[in-house]
Amino acid sequence: MYLDIDNTSKSFQRKDEQRLQALENINLSIEEGEFVSLLGPSGCGKSTLLSTIAGLSQPSSGSVSLENELITEPGPDKSMVFQEPALFPWMSVKENVTFPLRKNLSKKKQEQAAADYLKMVHLSQFSENYPHELSGGMQQRVAIARALAMDSGLLLMDEPFGALDEQTRQVLQDEVEKIWLDTKKTIVFVTHSIREAIKLSDRVIIMSARPGTIISDFKVNLERPRQQQGMAALEEDVMAILKTEIENVMEEELQYAGSH
Amino acid sequence: MPAVIKRVIFFASLILIWHGIFLLGIWPESMIPSPFTVAETLYAGFADMTLVYDIIASFRHLLIGLAISLVIGTLLGVLLAKVKTADETLGTMILALQSVPSIVWVPLAIIWFGFTEASIIFVVIIGGTFVMTMNMRIGIKNVAPIYLKAARTMGSTGMDLFLKVVVPASIPHAVTGVRLAWAFSWRALMAGEMLSTGPGLGYTLSYASDFNNMSLVIGIIIIIGVIGSIVDQLVFQRIENRVLKRWGMEEAA
Repeated sequence: MYLDIDNTSKSFQRKDEQRLQALENINLSIEEGEFVSLLGPSGCGKSTLLSTIAGLSQPSSGSVSLENELITEPGPDKSMVFQEPALFPWMSVKENVTFPLRKNLSKKKQEQAAADYLKMVHLSQFSENYPHELSGGMQQRVAIARALAMDSGLLLMDEPFGALDEQTRQVLQDEVEKIWLDTKKTIVFVTHSIREAIKLSDRVIIMSARPGTIISDFKVNLERPRQQQGMAALEEDVMAILKTEIENVMEEELQYAGSH
Repeated sequence: MPAVIKRVIFFASLILIWHGIFLLGIWPESMIPSPFTVAETLYAGFADMTLVYDIIASFRHLLIGLAISLVIGTLLGVLLAKVKTADETLGTMILALQSVPSIVWVPLAIIWFGFTEASIIFVVIIGGTFVMTMNMRIGIKNVAPIYLKAARTMGSTGMDLFLKVVVPASIPHAVTGVRLAWAFSWRALMAGEMLSTGPGLGYTLSYASDFNNMSLVIGIIIIIGVIGSIVDQLVFQRIENRVLKRWGMEEAA
């Protein structure tokens, strides 16, 4: 398999001496070119799992490997888009996009790459602007262009549209879908939006909290671009799975609050 | 009403009240001179260039001292931010030193360097260094973790990460550090110069006091205040605002 997550667990030491089991025995294999969403309520470990794939955090046990190579540190072979754009404010849009390319490409090729990817996210006119001059949605587009410019096979997206308004979110979803169809990258996409997961992915992984485990893993066999009617039935199924999950989480929260 | 007009009216009335008190004649002119005498004294001082030379001398002391203090402060700040043991030991000492008023260093400087310009510059350096150190330290420690994460996923590590991300990300704090270092150095400069043998604004101030030249004393106090606020507002606050805006820490005006 392209990306293998093998019996991976991750726990954090909390201040109150309890250990928080963020991930427990996660086994997951992802094929090259697959668009996979990690879906679940907050606290289910989906972002932790993504950050482990990115190499930003190490699993407590188990292993994560990309093309049979153990992932031990972050690097340009797996690009990442965060919930915040995380653009460097002291650099122009173009400089932000070429940041990951500085060491490997000639100036001319960097320019070309920046121009190409900014065109892909419809921001060609803004290459000389600074991030603070752009809206939130535009900044997130730059972040996507920057991740694409790295030209890695694996693109990790951690709730990339979570901070955007509904309209911008829909536009960017369409753009990401189109980019994925054009580039055939493997995308692992973290979201808490059921509709977003179903709209974009080939495969949806539903996770549950405390401890973070996979409770459902299914393929979405709907034709693209996906229409609202086709998605509705699937959405309800997922909602049912998540409903019990969310209730469990709430109950646990109340118990926790009661005992303290 | 625009702020400028309010200010003009405020200062005009202040001068009028001052002049009124002078006209009442309660205190002798050697204690409360007329604002117009002060203006004449200042005019004479600028006309015969003595005050101009003083200002040039003061700025020379300040710029040399400030430049050195910024270099030392930046290096110390990086050291404290990066080396925990240094922060826990040297950091505590610098925090203590920061609370020592600069004039305290003057007697020490005179013993070490005598009545020379080196004494003044030494006091100026001490005045600016610690505040620059502490700001640089905070700037580097407070770099948003998301910048570091993003940079690491783009393959930036070690020195590259430090120079291309950490240092530029800490510029807003560094700029505040420079502005405060200037303000502290300017105060330290006056303390140092007042006990020196000239030239310099502080020296001329204490000289005027020794000769009971009250209008020159007041005139120089005004020059010190005006230069201090002009440099702060026209130079440093502008740079600071521009940096904060660019770094996205303040809404565009």
